[in-house]
Amino acid sequence: MNLHEYQAKGLFKEYGMPVPNHIVATTAAEAKQAADKLTTDKVVVKAQVHAGGRGKAGGVKLVDSSAEAEEYAKSILGTHLVTIQTDAKGQPVNTVLVEETCNIANELYLGAVIDRASQRVVVMASTEGGVEIETVAEETPEKILKAEINPLLGLMPWQCREIAFGLGLSGGQIKQFSKLLSGLVKLFVEKDLALVEINPLVITAEGDLICLDGKINVDSNAMYRHPELEALHDKSQEDERELRASEWDLNYVALEGNIGCMVNGAGLAMATMDIIKLKGGQPANFLDVGGGATKERVAEALKIILSDPDVKGILVNIFGGIVRCDLIAEGVIAAVNEVGIEDPVVVRLEGTNAAEGRALLDNSGLNLNSASDLGDAAEKIVAIVGGAA
Amino acid sequence: MSVLVNKNTKVLCQGITGSQGTFHSEQAIEYGTKMVGGVTPGKGGTKHLNLPVFNTMKDAVAETGANASVIYVPAAFCKDSITEAAESGVELIVCITEGIPTLDMLEASIAVEQNGVRLIGPNCPGIITPGECKIGIMPGPMHNAGKVGIVSRSGTLTYECVKQTSDLGYGQSTCIGIGGDPIPGTSFKDALALFQEDPQTEAILMVGEIGGTAEEEAAEFIKSNVTKPVSAYIAGVTAPPGKRMGHAGAIIAGGKGTADDKFKALEAAGVTTTRSPAELGLAVKSATGW
Repeated sequence: MNLHEYQAKGLFKEYGMPVPNHIVATTAAEAKQAADKLTTDKVVVKAQVHAGGRGKAGGVKLVDSSAEAEEYAKSILGTHLVTIQTDAKGQPVNTVLVEETCNIANELYLGAVIDRASQRVVVMASTEGGVEIETVAEETPEKILKAEINPLLGLMPWQCREIAFGLGLSGGQIKQFSKLLSGLVKLFVEKDLALVEINPLVITAEGDLICLDGKINVDSNAMYRHPELEALHDKSQEDERELRASEWDLNYVALEGNIGCMVNGAGLAMATMDIIKLKGGQPANFLDVGGGATKERVAEALKIILSDPDVKGILVNIFGGIVRCDLIAEGVIAAVNEVGIEDPVVVRLEGTNAAEGRALLDNSGLNLNSASDLGDAAEKIVAIVGGAA
Repeated sequence: MSVLVNKNTKVLCQGITGSQGTFHSEQAIEYGTKMVGGVTPGKGGTKHLNLPVFNTMKDAVAETGANASVIYVPAAFCKDSITEAAESGVELIVCITEGIPTLDMLEASIAVEQNGVRLIGPNCPGIITPGECKIGIMPGPMHNAGKVGIVSRSGTLTYECVKQTSDLGYGQSTCIGIGGDPIPGTSFKDALALFQEDPQTEAILMVGEIGGTAEEEAAEFIKSNVTKPVSAYIAGVTAPPGKRMGHAGAIIAGGKGTADDKFKALEAAGVTTTRSPAELGLAVKSATGW
């Protein structure tokens, strides 16, 4: 789950990490009041969306007066911001962050992730702030400083010093940095984060460190033990169908093609998309009905797929292990009867109770095409729907 | 021969009295797996599925001589269950549960390593040596004893591998579902090393997916350590970047972990790859000349 910048900064503050004074506003009037309250001559107004690249997309504005802050907030609130990281529709702007400015002398990068290869939380820092860390890793990997956190020891002071000196910090900055990094790692572990980034971490003209931006991604598997983070979940930033799917415990990801897919198992669901493409078609979605598929969930899954206006045909691909194919067949029949699917449907059932499932479909009197295997299924649906849209 | 499990493997089930534990233990017993007992704290001394139930793993191992454990407890309790199993004296832990917080796995894996135990999973279908021992949730009947070692991050794609290699008459030596989480107990590399050493395994079929670099590491390992023919498929060529595709580990992040990169790395290591999940068996055929 992603957090907004203002939410990340709220957590930074809670963990003793320095952030600029800021106020959150959801109306233009609130933005004006916020700008009046803040004490720097200029303030910055930042659109709060779950996407990077806001600056270049016009989602960040430096203003000279509270009237200007109000005017900008009015122009951006209620709109959709399209950045290089969003789709063509963009992300809705419901909130702006009004923040004090600082005198930037230098920009650094600081982040932490779970590194799969070392199976450790790894801290990364770089003197190349304001640049995507992936770009730095690609072009100048020697400029990335890393520290692996031993879960038994936690972050050690020497690791803080090593990175601080590596970043060229000196004097009181070493202490400031060590405190900031300790807060960051504590935040990461206590809140079950998957990723945290401060980009840029600014050194001000006065020589102080301050977190100018903040990005946090929380481990979705750990949400059950963080109701305080669940409360920060901004559903407006998510795809409507993906959200509806998650309420039914279905994994759905919208794509841009026209062949809807309903599959059990994440790997098989990806493989189904791949084989549709391989056979010349375009998958409209990823959908994993999961191991505990019930008739109701299968019906709901089909309804979600059909709510995508681009869908011109559906491929149901089930390899029954825990899932029983006859249950899936019942769900498909129930959904077709309930919503009246007019688009062609190709069904491939294999595994537990596949024969019973196929018999149910054959005797349903519905227009369902059954397929003998995965290759056959993909070829059939692509032939019916047609190639690349 | 086979790898990790065979007809002599004595298996305990942690969470045996729960619905998942009950259902899959019944299936395992029916398949012929030597289930020797279960653990549910507070229900020690009772019987379930005609098997003794114990309060602790240590009691269970001492009484039954079990050398493997399968975990069906809810995600929130898996760190506890995995570490208890790791300290109990079993050699193999298979964790089926999906949805364990990643930081829990980082900590649990320390206990696993310290005790020299092998962990398979979590978030996996388990492991099966056809005709001998089934630990996990895979449907037993479609498996046939044979010569292909299968290792996969995806459950249902493992079934696809099994069906296709069975249809061609090859059968399977052992199938290992390593699971879809970012921090798996057993990696492709580990599984490849086991299959390379196993006389029954004549060819290896691996199925990877987007996210992480486990397949690239496997490719490096294959170059210098695996002499048996390896075939591979990677799921997720069409997956968009930045989206978690069902599995916690299946995400292309920062341009890393794409299917194309993995295909390239494996091909450079001499692995026979296929772009079609309908041709997994055929890939084995072409790699082996069978």
